[in-house]
Amino acid sequence: MSNQQKKKESLLRNSAFQTIIASFLCIIIGILIGYVVLLIINPRGAGQAIMAILKNYFYYPSAVAVTKYLGTTLVKASALLMCSLSVLFAYKVGLFNIGAAGQYVIGAGASLYLAVQFDMPWYICLIAAVVAAAVVGGVSGFLKAYFNVNEVISCIMLNWIGLYSVNMLLTKIKDQSTPYTKTLTSSNRTALLPNAGLDKLFANNEFVTIGIVLAVIMAILVWVLLEKTKFGYELKATGLNKNAAKYCGMHEKRNIILTMIIAGGLAGFGAGIFYLTGIEQWMVQQTTVPAMGFNGIAAAFLGGSNPIGAIFSSYFIQHITSGGTYVDKTMYCTQISDLISAFIIYLCGFVLFFKIWLNRFLNKREEKRLLNEQKGGEA
Amino acid sequence: MLLLIQYMLIFASVLVLVALGGCFSEHSGVINIGLEGIMVMGALGGALMMKYIPAGLAAPLVILLVILASVLIGMLFSLLLGVAAIRFNADQTLVGTALNLLGPAAAVVLVRAINTAESVDNVSSTIAYGHAKKAFIMNIGKFEFNWFMLLALFILIVAYIVLYKTKFGLRLCACGEHPQAADSVGINVYKMRYAGVLISGALGGLGGLVYITAGVSEWKFENGVAGFGFLALAVMIFGQWKPINIGLAALLFGLFRALSNVYTGFDALVALKLPSTVYNMLPYIISLIVLVFVSKKSRAPKAEGIPYDKGQR
Repeated sequence: MSNQQKKKESLLRNSAFQTIIASFLCIIIGILIGYVVLLIINPRGAGQAIMAILKNYFYYPSAVAVTKYLGTTLVKASALLMCSLSVLFAYKVGLFNIGAAGQYVIGAGASLYLAVQFDMPWYICLIAAVVAAAVVGGVSGFLKAYFNVNEVISCIMLNWIGLYSVNMLLTKIKDQSTPYTKTLTSSNRTALLPNAGLDKLFANNEFVTIGIVLAVIMAILVWVLLEKTKFGYELKATGLNKNAAKYCGMHEKRNIILTMIIAGGLAGFGAGIFYLTGIEQWMVQQTTVPAMGFNGIAAAFLGGSNPIGAIFSSYFIQHITSGGTYVDKTMYCTQISDLISAFIIYLCGFVLFFKIWLNRFLNKREEKRLLNEQKGGEA
Repeated sequence: MLLLIQYMLIFASVLVLVALGGCFSEHSGVINIGLEGIMVMGALGGALMMKYIPAGLAAPLVILLVILASVLIGMLFSLLLGVAAIRFNADQTLVGTALNLLGPAAAVVLVRAINTAESVDNVSSTIAYGHAKKAFIMNIGKFEFNWFMLLALFILIVAYIVLYKTKFGLRLCACGEHPQAADSVGINVYKMRYAGVLISGALGGLGGLVYITAGVSEWKFENGVAGFGFLALAVMIFGQWKPINIGLAALLFGLFRALSNVYTGFDALVALKLPSTVYNMLPYIISLIVLVFVSKKSRAPKAEGIPYDKGQR
């Protein structure tokens, strides 16, 4: 057997490589399905619309506008990255944190309220966002550990409770004439995250702040925590088998609660670095939980539930979500990109099967080759 | 007071239908977190049928066609979960969540496409179905009786009989408790699980239809079903996966949900001066508290959530 062939074989057998292939397959099939849906709605503009989604800010002809909107997409992607880190961190410990959306809402509420009502500087607001969201996450963890409440259901309930409470809280700092909260630029400039010169890189996009850098650092920290520390090892062990972990002397209840606290904190951090840039104000009459937390699920699984992979997948999901706003609205609507990301999550469910199938296929090929070689030897 | 009972009964009907759907699916061994999405799709099917149905049709026929539409769409949509979870051993929570995102997104895209095709300026995601909805409602004095209330009760009784008194139901439960044992006596576990998921799709779709016809005569699909799929799961857990208990639990949850609609009619509640948001939160808070008390000694089917692998016997 040639060395080259062996190398190729081992690359295909590499689990990380398989995950990457699987993710790309999910993306391609997801986009294809989106294209088919567009074709069904109106075949005339489907090609153009799918290109608009994929192009996103490249839609603008001038280079200045492109860099500026690249900045905006990055700001949103950094918040999404935090949500996806929240989901994947919990998933590594065997918990499905569908509550990232609600924790994100709580984080937004805490940071905006402190910023506008009490004129706090940005770092206090950011810490408040993390703490408030961590508490909410911790509640789900506590209920799971001590009362065996399914974390998915408690998280959903907390999503709604969080949404209504934040609406109630932020009504107090609402702008007189609109349903939105007061802008940070008009009420408290110290609450805005510092730009640290990053805005200059993106054609003076004032919303580009240290938040983007912080999010990437967080992703790396989560990776280190999960892969390189004893604590992370304990958490993963708890996720794989709660009883075995308990048997080995790990505090499985404490680990579950801590996991949800950290997961909540991560989502809250995402809300902080998003709303404290002043890019968006909170609409106090919102009747649905912001999609950020749910898209975080898509990003987490598309990234192969790896923190580093999540950086890229979050960017991609945000890219197509933002791209959805550029479709021709006389024929289609922006939610088409939500549909595509929902399909991508669905397809992520097949990744495990795909890996098993691929390995089986490789094994069969190997067997056949060995058999052939044997025959060749006999002859 | 009459209004409170009316709303309570209609919301309880929604919850009982969807919770029974979840109950069948979980008894077969598949966790159906995607009920919320299935409800939206079922609602969409029913709403579209009501929109396009000719105005002069007889009431029973209208009822039948509309119900059929939402049930069929619900079943089709639940197949997405079934195929992924049963054939491809996918993570059931993940796929269920995907359905929850897929349902509302697909509904909005579709409804908007239909509306924009009718007139370019119409970018809303609303379907109006005023005239067809009348078929479902009968006024008894001041009480607005909805045929769905009767239907829900009927399905509750049928579910009880099917689950406990028929060969099919007992086999279904066996697949959720110990699929290996069920297989060893010749039950096709995969078929049973498909059946469970399909039933949950049918009931979930029907529940979605009831939800959107409760009170209003048009529905904005951007709103989805406001977490009712999950409330139904809470009802199912509170009811300990038993139909009769589920029925009682649904009544309780329906009461709290109805309060947010009609609390202004009660002087005692108005005197408390609570903001209306508190009443909106009430069902979710109650369900959290209830879950704390009942989850400890949960009677969940033992093999739920675990993909069945024939080779592992």
